[in-house]
Amino acid sequence: MEKIVLPEIENLHKIDVYRANGGYEAIKKALATTPDEIIDTVKKSGLRGRGGAAFSCGLKWSFMPKTTDKPKYLCVNGDESEPGSFKDRQIFEYNPHQCIEGILIASYAIGANSAYVYIRGEYHKWIKLFQKALDDAYDAGLVGEKMKTTFGTKFHVNIYVHKGAGAYICGEESSLMNSIEGKRGYPRVKPPFPAQNGLWGNPTTINNVETLTNVPAIINKGWEWFSKIGAEKHPGTILYGVSGHVNKPGVYELPSGTLLTDIIYNYAGGVPGNKKIKCVIPGGSSMPPLRGDQLEGIAMDADSLKAAGSSIGTAGIMVMDEDTDLVRVLARISKFYYHESCGQCTPCREGTGWMLKILNRMAAGQGQKDDIELLLSVANNIDGNTICALGEAAAWPVKFMVSRFREEFESRMNNSLDHPSLNKVHSMRHSKITVE
Amino acid sequence: MEFKFTVENHEKVVKLFDNYPTKKAAVMPVLYIAQEQNGYISGEVIKEVSTILEISEEDVMGVVTFYTMYHQHMPGKYHLQVCTNVSCMLRGAYDIWEAVKTKTGLKNGETSADGLFSLEEVECMGSCGTAPMIAVNEDFHDNLTKETALELIDSLK
Ligand SMILES: Cc1cc2nc3c(=O)[nH]c(=O)nc-3n(C[C@H](O)[C@H](O)[C@H](O)COP(=O)(O)O)c2cc1C
Ligand code: SF4
Ligand code: FES
Repeated sequence: MEKIVLPEIENLHKIDVYRANGGYEAIKKALATTPDEIIDTVKKSGLRGRGGAAFSCGLKWSFMPKTTDKPKYLCVNGDESEPGSFKDRQIFEYNPHQCIEGILIASYAIGANSAYVYIRGEYHKWIKLFQKALDDAYDAGLVGEKMKTTFGTKFHVNIYVHKGAGAYICGEESSLMNSIEGKRGYPRVKPPFPAQNGLWGNPTTINNVETLTNVPAIINKGWEWFSKIGAEKHPGTILYGVSGHVNKPGVYELPSGTLLTDIIYNYAGGVPGNKKIKCVIPGGSSMPPLRGDQLEGIAMDADSLKAAGSSIGTAGIMVMDEDTDLVRVLARISKFYYHESCGQCTPCREGTGWMLKILNRMAAGQGQKDDIELLLSVANNIDGNTICALGEAAAWPVKFMVSRFREEFESRMNNSLDHPSLNKVHSMRHSKITVE
Repeated sequence: MEFKFTVENHEKVVKLFDNYPTKKAAVMPVLYIAQEQNGYISGEVIKEVSTILEISEEDVMGVVTFYTMYHQHMPGKYHLQVCTNVSCMLRGAYDIWEAVKTKTGLKNGETSADGLFSLEEVECMGSCGTAPMIAVNEDFHDNLTKETALELIDSLK
């Protein structure tokens, strides 16, 4: 299988090796055509975002206003903080120039003269690696003002690295923009959408690192070629990150639509001790968990996973064997969202804490009468009632873990316990609990 | 104690202004430079950063308190960050976390009296494929077991 994003070429992270393998030819080719033609090519290729929502990349670019006096911006999302995701850092380490070239092409297509690459602060090492590649590209005249002479065009773009500082929420696109502006990373209410009103109120496009790294290959080899790889409606390869109970955890670049069981058993080496799988989260911790006895035939692309009752997310596959305590796992997941909620919306700010509290007592075998219903009611009240999708990200694992593994949660209840006062703060909505 | 950027760091700060259309936007990288120089973000640092960036102290404080990587107290010489999120947890992170707490005698968020260690339980660090992991300051240590985690701590002097 041909690899697009992480080709197996030694020292590809070095600029001369990248160039010797055809690097920075795609931007030349792109600059010889019009921005509209590039947007059209990317649209036809079927490339969809790899940051979580799998939205059409070309379509997103086409939302950028064509005639405007305002400066336009590209934001490159390398926040990579979704638990179970560790793919973009492979690009920073092994193929940073292809990402840079993708940024150049995207910037030309949308008409941006500044691009910000937002990398999570904990990635100190990968920030240095990417910055080194960027410095080399600047020195070679491939980025910035010097592009004009190098490529003989009027277009140029400057690329800046912006280091995050420990906040999962900054991966959310509007929070990311506030963070670049030097503010607390609060998500913004949408609309207005970034293409109209983004960074400093100007038209902005936000794309994931992996999404953009695909672009040079599409320009070089054409949209027909790309559109024929993997799943028809979600073409290309995907960086699948496999973690948890597998023999060979790691990132595997495979055609979209590869069977989940194939990835787990053939590529990631199966489960240690040949144990059965109890649960798999297929797209990072925000996505609905799947039952281990229902994995057969599930293909890893956006539409197949949706049909199977989950979502591709970041394609971070977390595998849990039969001995896993799912109540503890869910409590840990809820702790994460409780920790990361920015606190703007009441359902998310309060609800994440309540869910954690309930799950912690369940994990300790102290789940009380009605706790499952209470938990689901809190999750349902978050879902759809918040400014950003972190609300859903917190609610979905709870809703689906509990409904798909209900027996496990029921076994942790101590039905003799009934302390409605503990839930007083929530009791108004929970009719079964009497208000004192 | 009054805080002033060293000449060298001040140059770095000024250079950052080229990266953004507003001075305010430089607050995160500027705070990183200050933290490297001062060890943590003190009230004096906030004052100086607000003066240089021409924004209010509250604006700077708001950023410092939102992001977990800005230290509001002096961390240990070795800041131990133990990931206990799911992928690490599935591979024994809680055993490591308990062992590290016992070994250092620290609870989450504490710094040892001799200033050698500070301890933090952290969220997913993006090393799930080589879990479980501990970050010591900026360096990731992957594929740990309880034993190798304790050896790692022994090696930090
Ligand atoms: C809470 C939250 C966290 C997110 N974190 C990331 C992230 O770390 N990286 C990323 O690329 N997208 C993340 N996203 C999705 C972005 O908002 C955005 O959709 C994406 O960067 C768009 O890029 P794409 O179209 O190329 O996928 C996150 C979304 C939410 C709601
Ligand atoms: S849903 Fe949660 S994280 Fe998102 S804006 Fe509201 S409070 Fe903040
Ligand atoms: S869960 Fe520990 S690094 Fe991802």
